Amino acid sequence: MTEGILRQILDYSSRANPYPLYEELRKTPVFHDGDGPYVVSTYHEIKSLLHDPRISSDSRNLATVGDLLGEGDGEEATALPPSFLKLDPPDHDRLRRMTNRPFGPPHSPHRVHDMRGELGGIVTGLIDTISEQGDPGRIDLVEEFSYPFPVTVICRLLGVPSEDESRFHVWADTLAASLDPDPDADPAERVKKTQDARMELGMYLAGLIEERRKNPTGDMLSELATGQGPDGAMSTMEVLSTSALLLIAGHETTVNLITNGMLTLLRHPEVLDRLRTDPALSVPIVEELLRYEPPVQLVPQRTPLADIEMGGVTIPKGASLWLILASGNRDPQRFKDPDRFDPDRPDVQHLGLGSGIHSCFGAPLARLEAALALSELARRLENPRLLEDPPPYRQNAVLRGPRHLPIACDSILPA
Amino acid sequence: MSGDSALERLKREGRIVVVGASLAGLRAAETMREKGFAGSLTMIGDEPYEPYDRPPLSKQVLLGKATADRTALPRRRDIDAKWRLGVPATGLDMTARRVKLADGDEVEYDRLLIATGVRARPWPNEEEAALEGVFTLRTRDDGAALERRLAAGPRRVLVIGAGFTGSEIASACRERDLPVTVAERGAGPLVGALGGVIGEVAAGMHRDNGVDLRTGVMVTGLEGDSSGQVRAAHLSDGSLVEADVVIVSLGAQRNTDWLAGSGLGAGPRGIACDAGCRAFNIWGIVTDDVFVAGDVARSPHALFGYQFLSLEHWGNAVAQAETAAHNMLSEGVDRRPHVWIPAFWSSQFGVNIKSVGVPSMGNEILITQGSRDERRFVGVYGYQGRVIGAVTFDQCRWLDFYEQQIEHTAPFPLPFTTVDRRSEGNKPLDADFPDPSVPTHGPTITLSGYSPADRQMTFTPAHN
Repeated sequence: MTEGILRQILDYSSRANPYPLYEELRKTPVFHDGDGPYVVSTYHEIKSLLHDPRISSDSRNLATVGDLLGEGDGEEATALPPSFLKLDPPDHDRLRRMTNRPFGPPHSPHRVHDMRGELGGIVTGLIDTISEQGDPGRIDLVEEFSYPFPVTVICRLLGVPSEDESRFHVWADTLAASLDPDPDADPAERVKKTQDARMELGMYLAGLIEERRKNPTGDMLSELATGQGPDGAMSTMEVLSTSALLLIAGHETTVNLITNGMLTLLRHPEVLDRLRTDPALSVPIVEELLRYEPPVQLVPQRTPLADIEMGGVTIPKGASLWLILASGNRDPQRFKDPDRFDPDRPDVQHLGLGSGIHSCFGAPLARLEAALALSELARRLENPRLLEDPPPYRQNAVLRGPRHLPIACDSILPA
Repeated sequence: MSGDSALERLKREGRIVVVGASLAGLRAAETMREKGFAGSLTMIGDEPYEPYDRPPLSKQVLLGKATADRTALPRRRDIDAKWRLGVPATGLDMTARRVKLADGDEVEYDRLLIATGVRARPWPNEEEAALEGVFTLRTRDDGAALERRLAAGPRRVLVIGAGFTGSEIASACRERDLPVTVAERGAGPLVGALGGVIGEVAAGMHRDNGVDLRTGVMVTGLEGDSSGQVRAAHLSDGSLVEADVVIVSLGAQRNTDWLAGSGLGAGPRGIACDAGCRAFNIWGIVTDDVFVAGDVARSPHALFGYQFLSLEHWGNAVAQAETAAHNMLSEGVDRRPHVWIPAFWSSQFGVNIKSVGVPSMGNEILITQGSRDERRFVGVYGYQGRVIGAVTFDQCRWLDFYEQQIEHTAPFPLPFTTVDRRSEGNKPLDADFPDPSVPTHGPTITLSGYSPADRQMTFTPAHN
């Protein structure tokens, strides 16, 4: 069955449930087929490679560019320098450190925590809107909730003025769509739309950065533009590529975390019931979701700088290496009863947010967003149910999640 | 299966006593309850407090960011124990299976766990040690008292000894903008644990942060004024340091005095035990009802030449306690070894320092990633052609990889390039550990045994 298994994983028909394919793949922990990538699917092997200093994230070290995914990220299109996601130390460390200064401990331990009230307000507002303008008999949770939420959050975090938020949403939508190849669309037109959006967003951000340099307002963008740590200041281009990274990575993943989360809860109504009366349960629920249905299914852009021997296979220098995080998360060698969704699991050190130096930068924010979103949905939607199971999925096999999640409820309780 | 074995009786109605109401003692007690121990559990502690966490005492507490009385350890579960707090154990009768307490009481046990840990090594001159303003830092009370003094704004603080605790104290003082002098007998800070190459980096951290660091000197005496307040310290180079707070940070002593004459294999280096945490008696025979865990234990480790290691590491205390608790309630092949890879961390001068393995066993070091100049690097220690330890300064996310290399006894120097290998990382250096015959502040890992394969014991100083 391993014949063409990667094709099967990437094939849209597997999107709703890729897990049986991952199970098959795990029989060959380091899988290599012809001139395709080396694919690692078992927990311990993935974990070890995520911490291996011979593994590069810089695509310039890639000898052969695999085209299996059939998509670029478009960063080249605007000549932005690569974001720290695609850099190795020391450049990665420097940029991530400078980005972290205004975002998390030790310098800004309160940034995420202090957004809690604001995030709660956005969640309440979105659910209120559904209640006032929508139809409880048919809610598309993606369109009406889990998509607009993280984009709005990123705007607030970066400091995009609220009057510009709607423009920002449009660019974000277009860029997000570019990560989600739609076989029906005209590719040339898509590329053009994406480039235009990227260009406009870049111009907009550059203007905003300039403004914040003159009049800093304490938001992330001001701090990135004017930050003066031991590493000095970021160049304008670095601020641009960093804020573009925060924008894309900051909501493309959270939208799926929330949507996958609600889908999973609706498939496990007993857990949803518990969450309704105990919002604190959202914390272990989110953790288990990151194991059970991680928004980032695989990391396809790593390359060894030297031959690495693993599982009886030599992964050659310069090879394309895929780490299937979602498969590692369901490795029975690591997790007992891995296909069971169990928020009471005592040991849930999943790979859902990666590990090592590239582990998810926005993790604290993503966790908080998902916990607030799920507990509020559970509390306010009365008798929620799925209208389609499985729901229609997005094309993307890497950032996997439903394109729409049609649900219904009897009514929506007041905030 | 026998219906009512001794082990089942022990689990149902046995008496287990834990001496040492500490991190190791608490985690062991929790593990025993977790594993279904339903008998009576007595926790004996010489301090009046329930188990608390020590790492914050030399960090957040000294900065005034946390208070010493708020460092109680979180509980994993209810342990339903009888607490005997504020009463030190004073003796052990292994034949009668009794622990003697300072108040004259005796507590009987079927299984005993000793987790009495270490205490700060005091200033050797008792009269000088008793001066007002002279501190050690080990306990919650020490932390609270020292914080009060630092908050009052002393004119100058003197730290004697630049091991991890001493360096953390110096760092906290500088963060509070207090003038501080550090006197270290070795060539630099941290040299006992990490060697001179890293000691040099640490010295730079001290100096760049405004610490008056004196190395290669001893404090020969402390001087008080007429009211008994410490006033100055005399150094072996003839200099005088005026200070109104002196912190003696000369490492730790193991709390084994109370076991004198008990017949247990206990001494100044700790209590010898097998890899399953069962204590040895003075004849080297393993006991079956006395177990040890935490800083006070010294046990052989297969990965490190069967050296007896005693580790003053937070993580070791937890892992060893869990193993000890498991083995106390198991028999024969169900028992498991404690084969924890030593690991510790420190935070000083804004730098996060972590280490795995036993760096002090290594004689060479290779900077595999980053650079010492930036104080962000990975240093890997080699011993007889294999990787034996690693240290990171602000690079801890790579540590898992190096831990694996140690576990797999990977060759040293590592033969491959890494994502961040600068020019300085191409060649191993002499790790420059001090001659073991010259005392420094102790490392946090004590090597104290020999391989069963060794035919003779020889003394080999690191430098001729």
